[in-house]
Amino acid sequence: MIDARIYIWQRLSAMIMIPLVLGHLAVMIYAIEGGLSVGEILGRTQGSLVWLIFYGSFVLAVSAHAGLGLGIISAEWFRLTPKIASLLGMAVGLILLVMGSHAIWAVTFALP
Amino acid sequence: MSSAENIQTGADMPDAGMLDVAIHRGGGGRPSAIQHYQVPRQENQTVLDIVSHIQHYIDPTLSYRFACRVGMCGSCAMMVNGEPRWTCRTHIDRVVEHNSLEIAPLRNLPVIKDLVPDLDPFFDKWTKAEARHHPSASRHQPMHIQPPDSPERQRADANIECINCAVCYAACDTVANQPDYLGPAALQRAWTLLNDAKDADKEAIWQAVSGGDGCHNCHSIGSCAHYCPNELNPMTAIAGLKQQTVRQAFSLTSVLKKNRND
Ligand code: SF4
Ligand code: SF4
Ligand code: FES
Repeated sequence: MIDARIYIWQRLSAMIMIPLVLGHLAVMIYAIEGGLSVGEILGRTQGSLVWLIFYGSFVLAVSAHAGLGLGIISAEWFRLTPKIASLLGMAVGLILLVMGSHAIWAVTFALP
Repeated sequence: MSSAENIQTGADMPDAGMLDVAIHRGGGGRPSAIQHYQVPRQENQTVLDIVSHIQHYIDPTLSYRFACRVGMCGSCAMMVNGEPRWTCRTHIDRVVEHNSLEIAPLRNLPVIKDLVPDLDPFFDKWTKAEARHHPSASRHQPMHIQPPDSPERQRADANIECINCAVCYAACDTVANQPDYLGPAALQRAWTLLNDAKDADKEAIWQAVSGGDGCHNCHSIGSCAHYCPNELNPMTAIAGLKQQTVRQAFSLTSVLKKNRND
Protein backbone atom coordinates (compact mmCIF):
# COMPACT_ATOMS: atom_id res chain seq x y z
CA MET A 1 0.00 0.00 0.00
CA ILE A 2 3.02 2.31 0.26
CA ASP A 3 3.32 4.45 -2.85
CA ALA A 4 6.01 7.06 -3.47
CA ARG A 5 3.89 9.81 -1.87
CA ILE A 6 3.30 7.96 1.42
CA TYR A 7 6.98 6.92 1.48
CA ILE A 8 8.15 10.52 1.12
CA TRP A 9 5.77 11.86 3.78
CA GLN A 10 6.87 9.12 6.14
CA ARG A 11 10.55 10.02 5.66
CA LEU A 12 9.95 13.78 5.82
CA SER A 13 7.98 13.55 9.05
CA ALA A 14 10.71 11.35 10.55
CA MET A 15 13.38 13.85 9.53
CA ILE A 16 11.44 16.69 11.14
CA MET A 17 11.06 14.65 14.33
CA ILE A 18 14.76 13.87 14.80
CA PRO A 19 15.86 17.33 16.10
CA LEU A 20 12.52 17.84 17.84
CA VAL A 21 12.82 14.60 19.85
CA LEU A 22 16.34 15.59 20.91
CA GLY A 23 15.10 19.07 21.87
CA HIS A 24 12.17 17.57 23.75
CA LEU A 25 14.48 15.26 25.73
CA ALA A 26 16.78 18.16 26.55
CA VAL A 27 13.84 20.29 27.76
CA MET A 28 12.54 17.41 29.90
CA ILE A 29 15.90 16.78 31.53
CA TYR A 30 16.40 20.50 32.09
CA ALA A 31 12.96 20.90 33.69
CA ILE A 32 13.41 17.92 36.01
CA GLU A 33 17.07 18.41 36.90
CA GLY A 34 16.54 22.14 37.38
CA GLY A 35 13.66 21.36 39.72
CA LEU A 36 11.25 23.72 38.00
CA SER A 37 7.79 23.93 39.58
CA VAL A 38 4.58 23.72 37.54
CA GLY A 39 4.09 27.43 38.02
CA GLU A 40 7.60 28.20 36.77
CA ILE A 41 7.15 25.98 33.72
CA LEU A 42 3.79 27.52 32.85
CA GLY A 43 5.32 30.94 33.35
CA ARG A 44 7.76 30.18 30.56
CA THR A 45 5.37 28.48 28.17
CA GLN A 46 2.42 30.87 28.43
CA GLY A 47 2.24 33.04 25.34
CA SER A 48 5.60 31.78 24.01
CA LEU A 49 5.66 31.72 20.23
CA VAL A 50 8.86 29.62 20.15
CA TRP A 51 7.26 27.02 22.38
CA LEU A 52 4.18 26.99 20.18
CA ILE A 53 6.18 26.52 16.97
CA PHE A 54 8.45 23.85 18.51
CA TYR A 55 5.71 21.64 19.94
CA GLY A 56 3.21 22.56 17.23
CA SER A 57 5.46 21.15 14.50
CA PHE A 58 6.21 18.18 16.77
CA VAL A 59 2.52 17.35 17.06
CA LEU A 60 2.01 17.71 13.31
CA ALA A 61 4.98 15.46 12.50
CA VAL A 62 4.01 12.83 15.09
CA SER A 63 0.38 12.71 13.91
CA ALA A 64 1.41 12.30 10.27
CA HIS A 65 4.18 9.76 11.01
CA ALA A 66 2.18 7.59 13.43
CA GLY A 67 -1.00 7.75 11.34
CA LEU A 68 0.77 6.69 8.15
CA GLY A 69 2.90 4.06 9.90
CA LEU A 70 0.06 2.40 11.79
CA GLY A 71 -2.06 2.41 8.63
CA ILE A 72 0.69 0.59 6.75
CA ILE A 73 1.37 -1.91 9.54
CA SER A 74 -2.32 -2.73 9.97
CA ALA A 75 -2.65 -3.30 6.21
CA GLU A 76 0.19 -5.83 6.31
CA TRP A 77 -0.57 -7.56 9.60
CA PHE A 78 -4.33 -7.76 9.39
CA ARG A 79 -4.58 -7.90 5.59
CA LEU A 80 -6.83 -4.82 5.51
CA THR A 81 -7.57 -3.23 2.16
CA PRO A 82 -5.51 -0.06 1.55
CA LYS A 83 -8.70 2.00 1.88
CA ILE A 84 -9.68 0.65 5.30
CA ALA A 85 -6.06 0.76 6.50
CA SER A 86 -5.69 4.41 5.47
CA LEU A 87 -8.96 5.29 7.18
CA LEU A 88 -7.68 3.60 10.35
CA GLY A 89 -4.35 5.44 10.04
CA MET A 90 -6.12 8.74 9.47
CA ALA A 91 -8.28 8.18 12.55
CA VAL A 92 -5.17 7.55 14.67
CA GLY A 93 -3.46 10.62 13.19
CA LEU A 94 -6.52 12.74 13.89
CA ILE A 95 -6.80 11.58 17.51
CA LEU A 96 -3.10 12.39 18.07
CA LEU A 97 -3.52 15.76 16.38
CA VAL A 98 -6.51 16.70 18.55
CA MET A 99 -4.89 15.49 21.77
CA GLY A 100 -1.55 17.15 20.99
CA SER A 101 -3.12 20.44 19.92
CA HIS A 102 -5.27 20.45 23.04
CA ALA A 103 -2.19 19.98 25.25
CA ILE A 104 -0.26 22.73 23.46
CA TRP A 105 -3.19 25.11 23.66
CA ALA A 106 -3.50 24.35 27.38
CA VAL A 107 0.10 25.22 28.26
CA THR A 108 0.45 28.11 25.82
CA PHE A 109 -2.82 30.03 25.97
CA ALA A 110 -5.20 28.68 28.62
CA LEU A 111 -5.30 30.64 31.85
CA PRO A 112 -3.61 28.83 34.75
CA MET B 1 0.55 -35.59 10.30
CA SER B 2 -2.29 -36.20 7.90
CA SER B 3 -4.07 -39.49 7.49
CA ALA B 4 -3.19 -39.43 3.80
CA GLU B 5 0.45 -39.80 4.79
CA ASN B 6 2.05 -43.05 3.76
CA ILE B 7 5.45 -44.50 3.14
CA GLN B 8 6.73 -45.89 -0.13
CA THR B 9 10.05 -47.41 -1.03
CA GLY B 10 11.62 -48.35 -4.32
CA ALA B 11 11.20 -52.15 -4.15
CA ASP B 12 14.62 -53.08 -5.50
CA MET B 13 16.55 -50.54 -3.46
CA PRO B 14 18.98 -51.49 -0.68
CA ASP B 15 18.09 -50.50 2.87
CA ALA B 16 21.46 -49.06 3.80
CA GLY B 17 22.04 -45.33 3.36
CA MET B 18 18.40 -44.53 2.83
CA LEU B 19 17.10 -41.02 3.04
CA ASP B 20 13.64 -40.26 4.38
CA VAL B 21 12.09 -37.76 1.98
CA ALA B 22 8.82 -36.03 2.90
CA ILE B 23 7.09 -34.49 -0.09
CA HIS B 24 4.15 -32.10 0.02
CA ARG B 25 1.65 -33.34 -2.53
CA GLY B 26 -1.64 -31.89 -3.66
CA GLY B 27 -2.92 -28.94 -5.65
CA GLY B 28 -5.27 -28.97 -8.60
CA GLY B 29 -8.25 -29.32 -6.32
CA ARG B 30 -6.81 -32.27 -4.34
CA PRO B 31 -6.24 -31.80 -0.61
CA SER B 32 -2.55 -31.42 0.21
CA ALA B 33 -0.82 -34.20 2.12
CA ILE B 34 2.70 -35.16 3.05
CA GLN B 35 3.97 -38.41 1.55
CA HIS B 36 7.19 -40.14 2.68
CA TYR B 37 9.61 -41.94 0.35
CA GLN B 38 12.81 -43.85 1.10
CA VAL B 39 15.49 -42.91 -1.40
CA PRO B 40 19.03 -44.37 -1.55
CA ARG B 41 21.76 -41.86 -0.83
CA GLN B 42 24.50 -41.47 -3.37
CA GLU B 43 27.55 -39.37 -3.78
CA ASN B 44 27.12 -36.01 -5.51
CA GLN B 45 23.37 -36.25 -5.29
CA THR B 46 21.26 -33.13 -5.75
CA VAL B 47 17.78 -32.47 -4.45
CA LEU B 48 16.53 -32.66 -8.04
CA ASP B 49 18.16 -36.11 -8.34
CA ILE B 50 16.14 -37.22 -5.31
CA VAL B 51 12.85 -35.96 -6.77
CA SER B 52 13.68 -37.53 -10.16
CA HIS B 53 14.51 -40.84 -8.47
CA ILE B 54 11.14 -40.90 -6.76
CA GLN B 55 9.32 -40.08 -10.00
CA HIS B 56 11.31 -42.61 -12.09
CA TYR B 57 11.49 -45.56 -9.68
CA ILE B 58 8.88 -45.19 -6.94
CA ASP B 59 5.90 -43.04 -7.83
CA PRO B 60 5.34 -41.90 -11.44
CA THR B 61 2.37 -39.77 -10.38
CA LEU B 62 4.67 -37.24 -8.69
CA SER B 63 4.75 -33.95 -10.64
CA TYR B 64 7.68 -31.54 -10.62
CA ARG B 65 9.39 -29.18 -13.02
CA PHE B 66 12.91 -28.90 -14.38
CA ALA B 67 14.71 -28.37 -17.67
CA CYS B 68 18.42 -27.57 -17.82
CA ARG B 69 19.74 -29.24 -14.63
CA VAL B 70 22.69 -26.84 -14.63
CA GLY B 71 21.32 -23.69 -13.00
CA MET B 72 20.41 -21.85 -16.19
CA CYS B 73 16.66 -22.12 -16.77
CA GLY B 74 15.30 -21.33 -13.32
CA SER B 75 12.48 -23.87 -13.46
CA CYS B 76 13.44 -26.31 -10.69
CA ALA B 77 13.01 -24.13 -7.59
CA MET B 78 11.28 -25.72 -4.58
CA MET B 79 11.14 -25.31 -0.82
CA VAL B 80 13.75 -27.59 0.72
CA ASN B 81 13.48 -27.96 4.50
CA GLY B 82 11.46 -24.75 4.48
CA GLU B 83 13.89 -22.70 2.42
CA PRO B 84 13.62 -21.79 -1.27
CA ARG B 85 16.38 -23.29 -3.40
CA TRP B 86 17.29 -24.18 -6.98
CA THR B 87 17.16 -27.92 -6.58
CA CYS B 88 19.40 -28.89 -9.52
CA ARG B 89 22.35 -27.10 -7.94
CA THR B 90 21.63 -27.96 -4.32
CA HIS B 91 23.68 -30.91 -3.09
CA ILE B 92 21.81 -32.87 -0.47
CA ASP B 93 24.91 -32.90 1.78
CA ARG B 94 24.23 -29.21 2.32
CA VAL B 95 20.58 -29.60 3.30
CA VAL B 96 19.99 -33.03 4.81
CA GLU B 97 19.05 -32.98 8.49
CA HIS B 98 19.00 -36.24 10.50
CA ASN B 99 18.98 -38.22 7.27
CA SER B 100 15.73 -36.66 6.16
CA LEU B 101 14.57 -34.04 3.73
CA GLU B 102 11.30 -32.10 3.35
CA ILE B 103 10.40 -30.85 -0.11
CA ALA B 104 7.45 -28.56 -0.87
CA PRO B 105 6.35 -26.36 -3.77
CA LEU B 106 7.64 -22.77 -3.86
CA ARG B 107 6.07 -20.47 -1.29
CA ASN B 108 3.91 -17.45 -2.18
CA LEU B 109 2.55 -19.07 -5.35
CA PRO B 110 -0.53 -21.19 -6.12
CA VAL B 111 0.15 -24.89 -6.65
CA ILE B 112 -0.78 -26.57 -9.93
CA LYS B 113 0.11 -30.05 -8.71
CA ASP B 114 2.57 -31.46 -6.16
CA LEU B 115 5.86 -29.56 -6.62
CA VAL B 116 4.74 -27.51 -9.62
CA PRO B 117 3.84 -23.93 -8.72
CA ASP B 118 1.78 -21.67 -10.94
CA LEU B 119 4.24 -18.94 -11.96
CA ASP B 120 1.63 -16.73 -13.67
CA PRO B 121 1.31 -14.29 -10.74
CA PHE B 122 5.13 -13.98 -10.66
CA PHE B 123 5.43 -13.15 -14.36
CA ASP B 124 2.27 -11.00 -14.40
CA LYS B 125 4.07 -8.76 -11.94
CA TRP B 126 7.06 -8.40 -14.30
CA THR B 127 4.62 -6.98 -16.83
CA LYS B 128 2.93 -4.82 -14.21
CA ALA B 129 6.32 -3.41 -13.16
CA GLU B 130 7.01 -2.54 -16.84
CA ALA B 131 10.01 -4.83 -16.47
CA ARG B 132 10.15 -5.40 -20.22
CA HIS B 133 12.20 -3.76 -22.92
CA HIS B 134 10.73 -0.61 -24.48
CA PRO B 135 12.59 -0.30 -27.79
CA SER B 136 14.26 3.01 -28.61
CA ALA B 137 15.10 2.34 -32.26
CA SER B 138 14.09 0.10 -35.13
CA ARG B 139 16.47 -2.34 -36.78
CA HIS B 140 17.05 0.16 -39.57
CA GLN B 141 18.50 2.78 -37.25
CA PRO B 142 22.06 2.75 -35.98
CA MET B 143 22.63 0.84 -32.75
CA HIS B 144 23.00 2.84 -29.57
CA ILE B 145 26.45 2.41 -28.07
CA GLN B 146 26.64 2.30 -24.29
CA PRO B 147 30.20 2.02 -23.01
CA PRO B 148 30.54 -1.05 -20.76
CA ASP B 149 32.34 1.02 -18.11
CA SER B 150 29.70 3.76 -17.85
CA PRO B 151 28.12 3.90 -14.36
CA GLU B 152 24.60 3.28 -15.75
CA ARG B 153 25.72 0.20 -17.64
CA GLN B 154 27.49 -1.13 -14.58
CA ARG B 155 24.38 -0.57 -12.45
CA ALA B 156 22.34 -2.40 -15.09
CA ASP B 157 24.86 -5.24 -15.35
CA ALA B 158 24.99 -5.75 -11.58
CA ASN B 159 21.53 -7.35 -11.56
CA ILE B 160 21.13 -8.60 -15.09
CA GLU B 161 21.88 -12.32 -14.60
CA CYS B 162 18.43 -13.15 -13.22
CA ILE B 163 17.16 -16.58 -14.30
CA ASN B 164 13.51 -15.95 -13.22
CA CYS B 165 13.59 -18.81 -10.75
CA ALA B 166 11.27 -17.05 -8.25
CA VAL B 167 13.42 -18.14 -5.30
CA CYS B 168 13.60 -14.53 -4.09
CA TYR B 169 9.84 -14.18 -4.56
CA ALA B 170 9.26 -17.24 -2.37
CA ALA B 171 11.68 -15.88 0.24
CA CYS B 172 10.04 -12.46 0.47
CA ASP B 173 7.88 -11.94 3.58
CA THR B 174 6.43 -8.77 2.12
CA VAL B 175 5.00 -10.78 -0.78
CA ALA B 176 3.61 -13.23 1.80
CA ASN B 177 1.88 -10.45 3.73
CA GLN B 178 0.91 -8.29 0.76
CA PRO B 179 0.08 -10.57 -2.15
CA ASP B 180 -0.07 -7.63 -4.61
CA TYR B 181 3.48 -6.46 -3.91
CA LEU B 182 5.44 -6.63 -7.19
CA GLY B 183 8.28 -8.49 -5.49
CA PRO B 184 12.07 -8.53 -5.72
CA ALA B 185 12.67 -10.02 -9.18
CA ALA B 186 10.29 -7.79 -11.15
CA LEU B 187 11.49 -4.64 -9.38
CA GLN B 188 15.08 -5.64 -9.89
CA ARG B 189 14.53 -5.98 -13.65
CA ALA B 190 12.76 -2.60 -13.68
CA TRP B 191 15.91 -1.11 -12.11
CA THR B 192 18.11 -2.80 -14.70
CA LEU B 193 16.03 -1.31 -17.52
CA LEU B 194 16.01 2.13 -15.96
CA ASN B 195 19.78 2.07 -16.13
CA ASP B 196 19.76 0.83 -19.71
CA ALA B 197 20.28 3.60 -22.27
CA LYS B 198 18.50 1.46 -24.84
CA ASP B 199 15.18 1.53 -22.99
CA ALA B 200 12.89 4.25 -24.34
CA ASP B 201 10.05 4.48 -21.81
CA LYS B 202 11.58 5.18 -18.44
CA GLU B 203 8.54 7.24 -17.41
CA ALA B 204 6.32 4.15 -17.69
CA ILE B 205 8.73 2.23 -15.46
CA TRP B 206 8.85 5.05 -12.88
CA GLN B 207 5.06 5.14 -12.77
CA ALA B 208 4.84 1.35 -12.44
CA VAL B 209 7.31 1.03 -9.57
CA SER B 210 6.00 4.05 -7.61
CA GLY B 211 2.42 2.83 -7.14
CA GLY B 212 0.82 1.23 -4.07
CA ASP B 213 2.23 -2.22 -4.97
CA GLY B 214 5.68 -0.92 -5.86
CA CYS B 215 9.21 -0.64 -4.56
CA HIS B 216 8.38 1.46 -1.48
CA ASN B 217 6.77 -1.55 0.21
CA CYS B 218 10.10 -3.39 0.51
CA HIS B 219 11.27 -3.76 4.12
CA SER B 220 14.94 -4.04 3.16
CA ILE B 221 15.44 -7.17 5.27
CA GLY B 222 17.20 -8.86 2.38
CA SER B 223 15.84 -12.42 2.25
CA CYS B 224 15.83 -12.03 -1.53
CA ALA B 225 19.56 -11.33 -1.60
CA HIS B 226 20.25 -14.06 0.95
CA TYR B 227 18.52 -16.77 -1.07
CA CYS B 228 19.15 -15.71 -4.67
CA PRO B 229 21.10 -18.64 -6.12
CA ASN B 230 22.86 -16.34 -8.57
CA GLU B 231 24.08 -14.13 -5.75
CA LEU B 232 22.17 -11.14 -7.08
CA ASN B 233 20.96 -8.48 -4.71
CA PRO B 234 17.41 -7.36 -5.55
CA MET B 235 17.31 -5.43 -2.27
CA THR B 236 19.98 -2.96 -3.41
CA ALA B 237 18.24 -2.61 -6.78
CA ILE B 238 15.03 -1.75 -4.92
CA ALA B 239 16.94 0.67 -2.68
CA GLY B 240 18.16 2.32 -5.90
CA LEU B 241 14.57 2.62 -7.10
CA LYS B 242 13.44 4.16 -3.83
CA GLN B 243 16.29 6.64 -3.82
CA GLN B 244 15.71 7.70 -7.42
CA THR B 245 11.94 8.04 -7.02
CA VAL B 246 12.51 10.42 -4.10
CA ARG B 247 15.10 12.35 -6.10
CA GLN B 248 12.72 12.55 -9.00
CA ALA B 249 9.90 13.83 -6.83
CA PHE B 250 12.08 16.70 -5.62
CA SER B 251 13.98 17.48 -8.77
CA LEU B 252 13.12 20.58 -10.71
CA THR B 253 14.10 19.01 -14.01
CA SER B 254 11.51 16.24 -13.62
CA VAL B 255 8.82 18.91 -13.12
CA LEU B 256 10.02 20.83 -16.16
CA LYS B 257 10.21 17.65 -18.22
CA LYS B 258 6.68 16.74 -17.20
CA ASN B 259 5.40 20.14 -18.25
CA ARG B 260 7.21 19.85 -21.56
CA ASN B 261 5.65 16.45 -22.21
CA ASP B 262 2.12 17.63 -21.34
S1 SF4 C 1 14.48 -6.96 0.88
FE1 SF4 C 1 12.51 -6.31 0.06
S2 SF4 C 1 12.19 -7.51 -1.79
FE2 SF4 C 1 13.87 -8.48 -0.64
S3 SF4 C 1 12.86 -10.09 0.55
FE3 SF4 C 1 12.92 -8.25 1.85
S4 SF4 C 1 10.98 -7.15 1.46
FE4 SF4 C 1 11.23 -8.69 -0.17
S1 SF4 D 1 16.78 -12.44 -8.55
FE1 SF4 D 1 17.83 -14.36 -8.11
S2 SF4 D 1 16.34 -15.51 -6.91
FE2 SF4 D 1 15.19 -13.88 -7.87
S3 SF4 D 1 14.37 -14.77 -9.76
FE3 SF4 D 1 16.32 -13.79 -10.28
S4 SF4 D 1 17.86 -15.39 -10.08
FE4 SF4 D 1 16.04 -16.12 -9.05
S1 FES E 1 16.76 -27.26 -13.84
FE1 FES E 1 17.33 -25.36 -14.81
S2 FES E 1 17.95 -24.17 -13.11
FE2 FES E 1 17.52 -26.09 -12.19
